[in-house]
Amino acid sequence: MTMPVAIEHDAHLSRPTAGAPLTLRGVRKSFGAKTVLNGVNLHVPAGQFLTVVGRSGCGKSTLLRLVAGLDEPTTGEIAIEGVSEVRARLARIMFQEPRLLPWARVDANVAIGLGPAADHTRALTRSRDALATVGLVDRAGEWPSTLSGGQKQRVALARALVSDPRILALDEPLGALDALTRIEMQRLVEQVWLSNGFTSMLVTHDVTEAVTLGDRIVVIDHGAITADIPVDLPRPRRRGSAEFARVESKILERLLSPARGVFDR
Amino acid sequence: MSDFAERPAASAWPRRFAATRRPGVPHGRPWTGWILPALIIVAWQASASLGWIADTIMPSPYAVAAAAWRLTLSGELLQNLGVSTLRALVGLVVGGGVGLALGLLNGLSRLSFSVTDTSVQMIRNVPHLALIPLVIVWFGIDEGAKLFIVALGVFFPIYLNTLHGVRSVDPQLIEMARSYGFRGWPLFRRVIWPAGLPSILVGLRFALGVMWLTLIFAETIAAQSGIGYMAMQAREFMQTDVIVLSILLYALLGKGADSLVKVLEHWALAWRPTLQGAP
Repeated sequence: MTMPVAIEHDAHLSRPTAGAPLTLRGVRKSFGAKTVLNGVNLHVPAGQFLTVVGRSGCGKSTLLRLVAGLDEPTTGEIAIEGVSEVRARLARIMFQEPRLLPWARVDANVAIGLGPAADHTRALTRSRDALATVGLVDRAGEWPSTLSGGQKQRVALARALVSDPRILALDEPLGALDALTRIEMQRLVEQVWLSNGFTSMLVTHDVTEAVTLGDRIVVIDHGAITADIPVDLPRPRRRGSAEFARVESKILERLLSPARGVFDR
Repeated sequence: MSDFAERPAASAWPRRFAATRRPGVPHGRPWTGWILPALIIVAWQASASLGWIADTIMPSPYAVAAAAWRLTLSGELLQNLGVSTLRALVGLVVGGGVGLALGLLNGLSRLSFSVTDTSVQMIRNVPHLALIPLVIVWFGIDEGAKLFIVALGVFFPIYLNTLHGVRSVDPQLIEMARSYGFRGWPLFRRVIWPAGLPSILVGLRFALGVMWLTLIFAETIAAQSGIGYMAMQAREFMQTDVIVLSILLYALLGKGADSLVKVLEHWALAWRPTLQGAP
């Protein structure tokens, strides 16, 4: 599964990218009196794999929902390729739960990703291609209830990929999976990202996952970015290596002793 | 589809039955449910033939069958059966249609819900059969009266279950579909309607029960045709065989309607794990 990835190390930085750059300027988000995000500034270059880590309730999921266009910031601006009105079209989100329609077969579920106006026959063909990418094309005609948890998330990934997104927002999509399935899914996400070149933004509270996948790790605490750490390790990354462990403990330290309000960029 | 063994939900049932199954005892076949009714009819016939039950109190199954044959030949049975079925269906379509429409509207629109739901709940608490005297004053004893009362009866179960079905759609699924650009009619067709359908079909099954009950009541009180009328006429002439025949017909019609909804459920809700692989 990981063979082609090793060769492509660093190649994604130079190849013509399908990803779009993402810029957040002074983004605040409040729900009533509670401020969840307090002035976030962030630039993600096209094709970068950004991971966002933080404790529960730090505002990282809210940030992702804003990027995916599910919510609007209270103040501030979020722009994809310099334009702020296109989020819902250029960015796709993968949720914590698979959120498959139980009454639609697997291929029809993937076709949802092409939107309501998609031509039916063409949509199913493209769905099958996307299912082939995640290795589930032989389950295309089945009901979602017959799939395992990991398979359901792979269908959800195919649904997010079928429209060739420029930005993929991942909201802890692997959180509910068992350890082995989770590692497999991380490899799959990395592989798809390397071959498609979209900009990725993964929210997670699992530091190992963040280090495994991220070109760059942003730590969020109390609604603000408190650390911004580039990760320059060859892919695929080996969990056991000394370098990996060094980055991992650096991030963990940041999370455990939050330096509130200090921007480290 | 091709491989039942891959579907845990589908294979669990037969295997569980197989484990507890004793030789010679049939399980889960479609005709199993008919064994008990058949035995009762045999016992009933035996009691009648042996003279344990007086004919004027309870005619034998044979006498009921003979009455059915006699009335079929005269055309009376089919005509009354047709009239009753038609009344039931028209009442169901009118009352169910309005219930479905209002249920959907109130499930989707807060405004509509806040304006109408209180009134509907108030009317619901009046037993609709209590309106029969008033309805007779309004419509006389012609078709309108029976259709109105049947439609009113079936309206509530369909309204309530449609409302519940539409209200309880998983908001996460709606958010997911919205994030892919689904709004308005496409969102309704792909997410809200299929999510509400199981509940709507439960409403339909309740409604069918209410439908027959209401119709029988209306026909025995004020009618000049139909099965209820046939039974009331028979009472005038002490024809217990025709009375029993009418009661049996209602039982069969009710069972038939219920089976029809079950078929509909299997077809429309094939995605549900409990239904997958079921016959």
